[in-house]
Amino acid sequence: MGYNAKFRVWRGMNEDGELHDFEVDVNEGEVVLDVIHRIQATQAQDLAVRWNCKAGKCGSCSAEINGRPRLMCMTRMNTFDESETVTVTPLRAFPVIRDLVTDVSFNYQKAREVPSFTPPPGLKPGEYRMQQIDVERSQEFRKCIECFLCQDTCHVIRDHEENKPVFAGPRFFIRIAELDMHPLDTLERKRSAQEEHGLGYCNITKCCTEVCPEGIHITDNAIIPMKERVVDTKYDPAFGLFRVLRARSKSKVVMNEQAERAWSLLRSVEDGDVEYATVADQVADAMQQAKAVASTGTVLARLEALDHVEAGRLDQAAEEARVSLSWHRSAQERSDAWVTLARVYDSQERATATVEAVENARRFWPDNPRLRQFAGEDHHP
Amino acid sequence: MTDLERHSYDVVVIGAGGAGLRAAIEARRQGKRTAIICKSLFGKAHTVMAEGGIAASMGNVNSKDSWQVHFRDTMRGGKFLNHWRMAELHAKEAPQRVWELETWGALFERTPDGRISQRNFGGHEYPRLAHVGDRTGLELIRTLQQKIVSLQQEDEQEFGDPEARLRVFAECTMTEILKDGERVAGAFGYWRESGRFVVFDAPAVVLATGGIGKSFKVTSNSWEYTGDGHALALKAGGSLVNMEFIQFHPTGMVWPPSVKGILVTESVRGDGGVLKNAGGQRFMFDYVPDVFRTKYANDEAEGDRWYTDPDNNRRPPELLPRDEVARAIISEVKAGRGSPHGGVFLDVASRLPAETIRKKLPSMYHQFKELAGVDITTEAMEVGPTCHYVMGGVEVEPDTGAAVGVPGLFAAGEVAGGMHGSNRLGGNSLSDLLVFGRRAGAGAAGYLDQLGSDRPGVGGSDIDRAADEAVAPFAGDGTENPYTIHTELQMTMNDMVGIIRRREEMEDALEQLAALKSRAAGVTVEGHRQFNPGWHLALDLENMLLVSECVARAALMREESRGGHTREDYPLMDAGWRQVNLICRAEGDQVSVDKQPLPIMPTELLELFDRDELDKYMNEDELTALPEGGA
Ligand SMILES: Cc1cc2nc3c(=O)[nH]c(=O)nc-3n(C[C@H](O)[C@H](O)[C@H](O)COP(=O)(O)OP(=O)(O)OC[C@H]3O[C@@H](n4cnc5c(N)ncnc54)[C@H](O)[C@@H]3O)c2cc1C
Ligand code: SF4
Ligand code: SF4
Ligand code: FES
Repeated sequence: MGYNAKFRVWRGMNEDGELHDFEVDVNEGEVVLDVIHRIQATQAQDLAVRWNCKAGKCGSCSAEINGRPRLMCMTRMNTFDESETVTVTPLRAFPVIRDLVTDVSFNYQKAREVPSFTPPPGLKPGEYRMQQIDVERSQEFRKCIECFLCQDTCHVIRDHEENKPVFAGPRFFIRIAELDMHPLDTLERKRSAQEEHGLGYCNITKCCTEVCPEGIHITDNAIIPMKERVVDTKYDPAFGLFRVLRARSKSKVVMNEQAERAWSLLRSVEDGDVEYATVADQVADAMQQAKAVASTGTVLARLEALDHVEAGRLDQAAEEARVSLSWHRSAQERSDAWVTLARVYDSQERATATVEAVENARRFWPDNPRLRQFAGEDHHP
Repeated sequence: MTDLERHSYDVVVIGAGGAGLRAAIEARRQGKRTAIICKSLFGKAHTVMAEGGIAASMGNVNSKDSWQVHFRDTMRGGKFLNHWRMAELHAKEAPQRVWELETWGALFERTPDGRISQRNFGGHEYPRLAHVGDRTGLELIRTLQQKIVSLQQEDEQEFGDPEARLRVFAECTMTEILKDGERVAGAFGYWRESGRFVVFDAPAVVLATGGIGKSFKVTSNSWEYTGDGHALALKAGGSLVNMEFIQFHPTGMVWPPSVKGILVTESVRGDGGVLKNAGGQRFMFDYVPDVFRTKYANDEAEGDRWYTDPDNNRRPPELLPRDEVARAIISEVKAGRGSPHGGVFLDVASRLPAETIRKKLPSMYHQFKELAGVDITTEAMEVGPTCHYVMGGVEVEPDTGAAVGVPGLFAAGEVAGGMHGSNRLGGNSLSDLLVFGRRAGAGAAGYLDQLGSDRPGVGGSDIDRAADEAVAPFAGDGTENPYTIHTELQMTMNDMVGIIRRREEMEDALEQLAALKSRAAGVTVEGHRQFNPGWHLALDLENMLLVSECVARAALMREESRGGHTREDYPLMDAGWRQVNLICRAEGDQVSVDKQPLPIMPTELLELFDRDELDKYMNEDELTALPEGGA
C-alpha cells in the first residue's frame, strides 16, 4: 500500500533558504509529520522540525503545507493525490530559524502584555463557585494549544511586520475574551483590547477561525462579541457599529477590487485576447494587494490556480484548484475551480479526467462562461 | 572557551512540565532568582498531553472521600511498594494544590452546586479526578504557564524587568550537572537553536525532566522522554529507585502503524466504555485477581449499575489498575481472541449517546476521526498496551524532594521515584507534579537559606570536559547513525524488557545493550551545531542507554511479579520482595543494583487497612509484628 511521494521542503536559515526535493516512501495511515521524520532519518539527518505529541495536542508542529497553515501531525497523507507534490514550508509570519523551525517569541511577548486573571480579593482557595454553563464560554478558548496558526494566517501581521508592535493577534484576542468571560475575573478587558491590543485592526476576515485546529470560533465567539461590547463601553453605539462595519467593508472592497482586476486580466488571457507575458506583472501586483488584506489566500486560491495555469505551472495549478474546491463555498467559485482543473488535465492529455472535471464544473454552474472553451471539443458525454 | 554563555541563578529548574513549573513558582515566591530550562517551547512539555484528570480527594461528588481513602487506593495501586510518606503527603496536599490552580485561573468542569466536578478512574474508590473534558493536562500546564507570566508581570512592575527573578530558557538542553566537591554547583547544556553552550551557576538544581518512554518502540511518550534527568542524577552521584517498574497503559491506539502507541485515555472506561474481545465478550470479568476480588463487580449487570449507584454496587473490572488490564489484554490477544490489528475492542459507541461522547471525550473523538478514520460514536476502537510511565526515578527525601546523596540536587514529578510504588494510578501523576513540585521548590529555597554565603563554584576544567563530550559525535569515524541505534534500542527494550519478562531474554537484552553502548560511542552526525536533530539524538542516546540498562538490571534481579513488572518465570507476588527496594547507581558507565529495605509504614497509617487486606501483601513476620487488634 506504500508509495513513493514527492516532497518539497524548505531548507535553510533566515531568508536565504530554498525548496529541496525529496522522494520518500509513504505507508498507509501516515501523516505529513511521519514523512518528514522519514526524510530526517534517511536523507537529511539535520532537517530541523518541531514536534512533541504527534496527536494534535501540543501545537508544536505548525507549518504551511501546500501554502495552508496546518499541523503536520494532523495532516493525513491520504488527503493528497499520490502524484501530487507536497510542499512544506515554515510559518510565514515569523522569522525562520532553520528549515521548518520559526522564531515564535513574538507570541510569548504578547502573552505577557495581557494582564493576568484577577479574582475578587478575599476569595479563598476552595471557595470558588461557578456554574458549568458560565465556565463553558471561557473553556472553549482554553482549548487553545498555542499552535499559532491563527497568528500566522492573520493578514494584519502576516505580511506587515510594522503592525506587530500594536497587534496582539487572534490567539490573544481569545485570551482576553476568555478572561473577560471568566465568571470571577474582575478587570475591565474590552476597552484595553481595543486600545492596547489592536482589536481595531481586525476586520473580521475569519481566516483565523478557518485554520484553528481546535475548532475554536475565534471570530464569532470572541472577536465579534468583544467588538460589539467595545462599542457599548467606548463609543456612541451607532458610531461604533458604523466604524466596525466600515473597516470591514473597506478592506473587502479593496480585496474585491484587486481580485477582480487580476481575475479579468487572467480571463482575457484565457480567452486569447492578450499574451500572459504582457499582463503578468499587473496580475502579480493586483494579487499582492488583494492578499495583503485577504490573508492566506483562502479567498484567492481560485485566482492563483488560474494564474498558475497561464504561467504553465500545472502542478501548482492543480494544487490551488483543489484548495479552492475545499475552501470555497459558492457554487460559482467551485465551478471555476473545476474549469481550471479541466484545463490542467487537458494539458496533461488526461481525457477522462478532463471530461469529469468539465462535468463537475457544469453541475455547479451550468452557465459558467468559461465552459465555452470546452464546448466545441468532444467533451460532452 | 569562546562560545560560552553563562548565567547565575539561585535555583535552576530543569523541566517545564507540571512539576518544574510548580517548583519554579515556589522557589520564586520564596524570593529566589529562578531559571526554568526546557527542551521544547514553553508550554509544550509532556504534561500538556495528560488527558483524564488530576486526583484529589476534595469529596465534591462523593463526600465520603478523604485523604485516607486516597492514600489507601494509592498504596493498593502500587502494591504496597510505595514510599508511605510520599503517598501520605500526596493524598493530604492534593486538594489544596488543585484549589490553588483555580485561584490562578484554571477552569475545571463543575458540579451542579458550582464546585469542581470529579470523575471516576481506575483504582480510585470514589469519583476523584478533577478534569476538563479530556484535556486536563493542557489546563494544568497553561494555568501554571500563566501564573509564571503573572509573576513576571509583577517583577516588571517592581524592577522594570519581567525576567528579573524568573526566566524561561526554552529549547535548551542540559547535558550535565556540575559539582564542586560533593555539592551541586550548576548545570551545563546547549541551545538547541544555535548549538551554543551555556553554563548555569546555581547551588540548587531541581530535576523535573519527566520519563523515559522513548527507549521503547510502542509508547505514548514524545521525543523528550529520553530519561535525561534520570541519567543526570546517576552521573552526579545520585541513585534511582524502582526502575524495574514501567507502566504499560492498557489502551494505546494500535492502528494505523504510524500512530501505534498514542494514548486512548482511561476516561473512556471511567465514563462507561467497556473492553471486548473478538467474540464480543467483556473479558475483564475473567481477570479479577484475588487481591481485588471483593472490590469489583461479579457480573455485567452489577458493573453497569455502579455508574449510577456506586454506593450499592461494585465497579466494573474494566476499571482495575492499569497493570491488570494491560496483562488481560495481552492474554486475550495471545489466546487468539484479539482484534484484526492485534489489540482488543474498546466500545463506548454502544454505551453512550453520540452527543455525550463528543461532549465528554472531544479529543478522543477528534483523534480517532483524524488519525484512524474511525468514528467512536458509532464504532468500537481497537486498543492495546503502550509504554506510558516510569514509576522508578531519582531517590528523594519525601518532604523536600532532595536527591539522596547529592547536596543541592532535587527531583520532582515523573523523574522522581517512590511515590507510586510498583504501579501508578491514573490521575495520581498530575497531583504528584503539583504536590512534590511545590515541595522541591521549597526544598531548594530552604537549602539556599541554609547555605548562606558559602556557595559552591563551577570549575573551568569541568566545563571544558562537558563541552568536549558534547561535540564528540561530530568527530566520529562515520559509521554509526544515531537513528539506527535508537531504533534498535527501542526494539530491544520493547521486545525483551517489555510487559512480560523472562530471565533469558533480559540477559540477552543486557548483552545487546552493551553492544549498542559501544556502537553508540562511534556515532557520527552530519551537519553543524545549529538546530541539528541528529546531534541532539546522539546526545540523548547516551542517556537512554544508561537508563535502559538500569531498567533491565533491576528487572532481572526482582524475581516476582508486581505492578509494572511481570515475570513469566516468577508469576506471583512475593511478600519477601515487598520489603525490598532496588537501588541503581552508576560509577563511570558501570551500573550497579543493590537491595535496600523499604521504609517502614507507621502504625497509624497501617491501621487504615483491614487485616485481611494486609494478609495478601505481607508475610508472617511483618504481620505478627503488627499491634494487636489495630490493623
Ligand atoms: C498521553 C498521556 C496522558 C496522560 N494522562 C494523564 C492523566 O490523565 N493524569 C495523570 O495524572 N497523568 C497523566 N499522564 C502522565 C503525566 O502526564 C506525566 O507523568 C507528567 O505530565 C510528567 O510531568 P513532569 O512535570 O514530570 O514532566 P514533563 O511534563 O514531561 O516535562 C518534562 C520537562 O523536562 C524537560 N527536559 C527533559 N530533559 C531535559 C534536559 N535534558 N534539559 C532541559 N530540559 C529537559 C522537557 O523539555 C520538559 O519541559 C499522561 C501521560 C501521557 C503521555
Ligand atoms: S478575523 Fe481576520 S483580521 Fe481578525 S484576527 Fe482573524 S485573521 Fe486577523
Ligand atoms: S486559537 Fe486555534 S489556531 Fe490559534 S493558537 Fe490557539 S489552537 Fe492555534
Ligand atoms: S506534534 Fe503536537 S500538535 Fe503536532
